[in-house]
Amino acid sequence: MSTEALAPTPTEGARARRLTEWVFRIRELGIVVALLILVAVTAVLEPRFIEADSLRTLAVNASIFAILAAGQTLVIITRNIDLSVGSVVGLSAFMAGDLLSGNGLPIPVVFVLGIGLGAACGLLNGVLTTWGQVPALVVTLGTLYAYRGLAFLWTDGRQVNAETLPDGFLRIGTGSVLGVPVLVIVALVVVLVVGQWLRDYRAGRELYAIGSNPDGARLAGVRSDRRVLTAFVLSGALAGLGGVLFTARFATVDATAGTGYELTVIAAAVVGGVAIFGGTGSVYGAALGALLLGTITSSLIVLRVEAFWQQAAIGALLLLAIAFDRLVGMRIDAALRRRSARRAG
Amino acid sequence: MQADATAPTTPGRAGVNGEPPAWRSLAGRWEVLLVVLLVLTAIAGQAISPEFLTADSFTTGSLDISEIALMALALTLVVVAAEIDLSVASVLALSSAMMAALWNGGLPLELIMPVCLMAGGLCGAFNGLLVTRLGLPSLAVTIGTLALFRGLAYVVIGDESVTDFPATWTERAFGNFAGTFVPNAIVLFAVLAVAFGVLLHATPFGRSVYAIGASEEAAYFSGLRVKRIKLILFVLSGVVAALAGIVITLRNSTAAANVGMGFELTAVTAVLLGGVSIFGGRGTIAGVILALLLLGGIQKALSLSESISSYWIQIVTGALLVGSVLVPNLARRASEARRRRSSHHHPEEGPPS
Repeated sequence: MSTEALAPTPTEGARARRLTEWVFRIRELGIVVALLILVAVTAVLEPRFIEADSLRTLAVNASIFAILAAGQTLVIITRNIDLSVGSVVGLSAFMAGDLLSGNGLPIPVVFVLGIGLGAACGLLNGVLTTWGQVPALVVTLGTLYAYRGLAFLWTDGRQVNAETLPDGFLRIGTGSVLGVPVLVIVALVVVLVVGQWLRDYRAGRELYAIGSNPDGARLAGVRSDRRVLTAFVLSGALAGLGGVLFTARFATVDATAGTGYELTVIAAAVVGGVAIFGGTGSVYGAALGALLLGTITSSLIVLRVEAFWQQAAIGALLLLAIAFDRLVGMRIDAALRRRSARRAG
Repeated sequence: MQADATAPTTPGRAGVNGEPPAWRSLAGRWEVLLVVLLVLTAIAGQAISPEFLTADSFTTGSLDISEIALMALALTLVVVAAEIDLSVASVLALSSAMMAALWNGGLPLELIMPVCLMAGGLCGAFNGLLVTRLGLPSLAVTIGTLALFRGLAYVVIGDESVTDFPATWTERAFGNFAGTFVPNAIVLFAVLAVAFGVLLHATPFGRSVYAIGASEEAAYFSGLRVKRIKLILFVLSGVVAALAGIVITLRNSTAAANVGMGFELTAVTAVLLGGVSIFGGRGTIAGVILALLLLGGIQKALSLSESISSYWIQIVTGALLVGSVLVPNLARRASEARRRRSSHHHPEEGPPS
């Protein structure tokens, strides 16, 4: 947030920051409330919706999207965008399936390779964006096609099936520890680690600085290119992880795995309060956004609303979220302006 | 996405200061490079299959991308004005779904088609009002309406498909123009291409679109009605997308809600590959037409080839898209470095006036 410019003294700055911090928390709280209302209404109409099994499925379905949304948040906060995540998921998902069924590699090695492949894809995106000075939208639209094309060339019409995958691997996708699904645990760990890094660490804070004011950040000594590159590599690596988890969860993988995920992931982040032009939002918000989108889909199914309304509902929710953010943003700007005017006068 | 980084990205397309020789400014034009790439594609395509440079292959190849081509025309104006419309393929699907529903309801096609076009216009107006009145970023708005309009298409006809459209109309959409090898859909595209070309390049409206794309604030302060012009562009984009929906429905004589999934990205790709800057203010209709020819040509060449997998189209498309911005960037940097070195040697020359 560009509150610094409006607040000349340190105490002013601190107070303005408290205000924006508070709004951040309210924003995340808003999604939680929306989630609770949705779950409550659905539960009243169909009590089975809040049975443990049903809630578990809900969380599992949102896990992979939450992981991808965490990565996407890092990129969007720097005023960039990563449209290639769906293709990276496809590439990494098929590689994981292929390596496990063909060569019988140990499972941890496959995870490392999947994450590494994703990181390499992200590195290419980042290098083209920073060093090549090509807009991120153009770069990742291009690599969305290129990575998907590679996946098609690699699979050559083949498919990986559950029978050829080791049981230990499939248990990651379907099993649980102490009643909590493994996928959910992985997603929680990822979201917490990335979320705290973005919130509290210098490198994470600098992503916000780059996104709110690129020139200002550079003048303040932020190594923008390096930070943006890091954001892209992390987004790619998380998409790679998402791909391996995709295979563990769905067990049947072909070259089309993850097609169209990019827009759902961006929608999740934006619903979660990540502004599309950078500088605002949190990983937690984005993860909650992913959970909310998933819950809407499930509750519409449970309520036997025609499945066809799902997509329309998600679109409407996204529009509501950005309109809401816009209105709140205008209010905050006005409040900050009033405050600094009072000080000055 | 800030404006200062945009200015240097496409110097080859706009000419470099310091008066380069005429041949270099011509060769530096993106459209000329696209023509060279087209010729190379033609040579490679002919080497792949002697069928490539035939009337028949033009007919089938051009039909395959005719809807994307239509949408790319209106999208060009939107992108030149520094906005984007990702909802076009969903408007296409909604238009197709409405055709089916109204046809099942017993209305004549002559009445259905204007209704679909109007619905497309309304979709565009919805996008445009959210962008101009609420001041929301068009990227986020149209990702939202991408889901919303596609969802509405499913609400309208579910997962049914309707195939009993009258043969007179489906033949019109599929057939060729007056005994030539040019499909009617491409004739429609050509007419619209001329219309949009004139609108963008030869009218005050077109000049204001460039002005808005170059600097919205400057355009506003010089008295342009920025919001209204942007709203018109979104409406145009919606109407043309609905038209593309009519064409694809009649051409395949099938209406379904899942038609044209992902077309929005191909249309955006064609626009950007055609030399339109994603930051607005730059680009020509001619460039976009050349890019469409190039994409269609490569696709056709790969589909004719028996040894090369047609999946290469995606890799080539991606590489061309990134390369179209990357190569001019690198060329500019190299020439700047050269200029810096030479001005070092001759400090008395001073900066070019």
